[in-house]
Amino acid sequence: MKKRVFANRYAFTRWLGAALLLALLIISTIPFIFPFWWMIIGSLKNPTEIFAFPPTLLPKAWQWQNYVEVFRYQPYALHYFNSVYIAVLVTIGTLFVASLSGYAFARIPFPGRSVLFILLLSSIMMPAEVLIIPNFFMMKMLGLSDTHFPLIAIPILGAPAVVGTFMMRQFFVSIPREIEDAATVDGANRFGIFWHVALPVATPALGGLAILTYLASWNLFLEPLVFLDSINLWTIPLSLRNFVDPYGAPLWHLQLAATTLSVLPILIIYVVAQRQIVDSFATSGVKG
Amino acid sequence: MSTNISTPRGTAAVKQKKRRASTLAGRDALWGYLFILPQLLGFLIFVVGPLIAVIVFSTQDRNLLFGTATPVGLDNYRTLLTGDALFWQVMQNTLYFSLLLVPLNIVVALALALALARPFRGAHLFRLVYFAPVVTAAAAWAIVWRFILQGENGTLNQFLRLVGIDGPNWLHDPFWAMQAVIATRVLKNVGLNIVVLLGAILNIPAQYEEAARVDGAGSWRVFWNIKLPLLAPALLFVSVITLIGSLKVFDHIMLMTAGGPGNSTMVLVYYIYYQAFQFFQTGYASALAVVLFVVTLGLTILQWVLRKEEIQ
Repeated sequence: MKKRVFANRYAFTRWLGAALLLALLIISTIPFIFPFWWMIIGSLKNPTEIFAFPPTLLPKAWQWQNYVEVFRYQPYALHYFNSVYIAVLVTIGTLFVASLSGYAFARIPFPGRSVLFILLLSSIMMPAEVLIIPNFFMMKMLGLSDTHFPLIAIPILGAPAVVGTFMMRQFFVSIPREIEDAATVDGANRFGIFWHVALPVATPALGGLAILTYLASWNLFLEPLVFLDSINLWTIPLSLRNFVDPYGAPLWHLQLAATTLSVLPILIIYVVAQRQIVDSFATSGVKG
Repeated sequence: MSTNISTPRGTAAVKQKKRRASTLAGRDALWGYLFILPQLLGFLIFVVGPLIAVIVFSTQDRNLLFGTATPVGLDNYRTLLTGDALFWQVMQNTLYFSLLLVPLNIVVALALALALARPFRGAHLFRLVYFAPVVTAAAAWAIVWRFILQGENGTLNQFLRLVGIDGPNWLHDPFWAMQAVIATRVLKNVGLNIVVLLGAILNIPAQYEEAARVDGAGSWRVFWNIKLPLLAPALLFVSVITLIGSLKVFDHIMLMTAGGPGNSTMVLVYYIYYQAFQFFQTGYASALAVVLFVVTLGLTILQWVLRKEEIQ
């Protein structure tokens, strides 16, 4: 039997090895998939079923009202809105600032260009955690500490956008000069060339940077924790840990429902735009 | 087209073009500075300024609550080195966390990248799964894992009980809490390293492996003698980046263990936050931040040096 299916013993052992490897790979995905699965399932159980033994892999009674309760328990809709609008502003601002200076470093010769570029790049290694205390004092002095201003301004103008500058420079270096020549002959100035010629070509790079920037802002935790006091100003990551009873114990059904609401849209976009998202992370490559 | 340049008319045109180019270059340089101006100003205001400030703060006795600031020289550093037992525990925890996390992350990433390097149907689905936690908020990931790893009624322990194992109270046991934080952090970020290493593996020319196979080398020898040496630069790069990242862990730990039990998972950034914003000792916290800065700087320079050597 075996001999007919597999040309020889060698082919059979190879097939067996591949099957074993595949089985191992499938098992290895469990700790990556299970948390998402368990988060969604837990968010649809009632508080007693969450801790029922033996655990139920699907809810016995689907508690859709958890998702209504989430918005009643605290201003979660407002927190959601805060996160969205901050991330959108940060993304637009970062795209503008990073593509402007990325373009200049790639295309416009000016004295001191490489020194300034290296100087700027050095800020990529600077942990935000080192600078958070002085940044907090500065914002407090300016009366901007309990506002969204630091969460918008620091990522756009500070170290985070420099990763974007680096990515955009790499892109602009790679596009052929001839594309710009026609516009130069037409008498367009540098900004015109940048805006009408270079930027439209850069759409893929901008898309990648937009995704990275949006996610970085969306996932920010330490900064909102330090800068924001008023509950109405909170962003999602601060909000998630606040679904607790008066004694501080987590109300898991609500916490998991809120977490699901924050994670699911990102996951859907991720599955749709998988290749581009993974590539842009890999090219920027900074995370531990 | 190139023949045109040798004719007299062509030379004149080139000269004219050059003259126009030089005035253009002057104006262009101005545009250049204008283009980088926002980022340069931001760099001065949000990076250089605060860096100088944090060093100055670290030589002061500062209290966030009372708004006081008195210069104390190197007192904060003296306290840190000799008068604060918790600091040494924090450094020990941070070191333990990083020294366990980095090898674990790299070994898992390399193993999975090697497994995915051979094209097979559905390989991209695995990549999709391994990478999903990377795009997920650390806060969300930590919350769900805290839910799974709770004591008696936690999911993991319930499943363990089904097979007759009495699991520990993962997040309330000093030893297991640290292991749990490390393992879940690896799961969170290993996808990125898988993708980077996968890229490096696919860049290895296929002839190398074929030649070795012809010479009778088995899979293990191909990996050990051919792939691993060729991957060394990528592995080094990924290790240092992961190490630097691991020194900055905060949200993950705050939401899973809050530094506990009994400070057993309190790491450096958490301690900075704790001293500055819970204990209001912003001067002392600034000294801690300077420690973080020096360590990160040292590692970054080390990486540059190693990469330069690699190129030479």
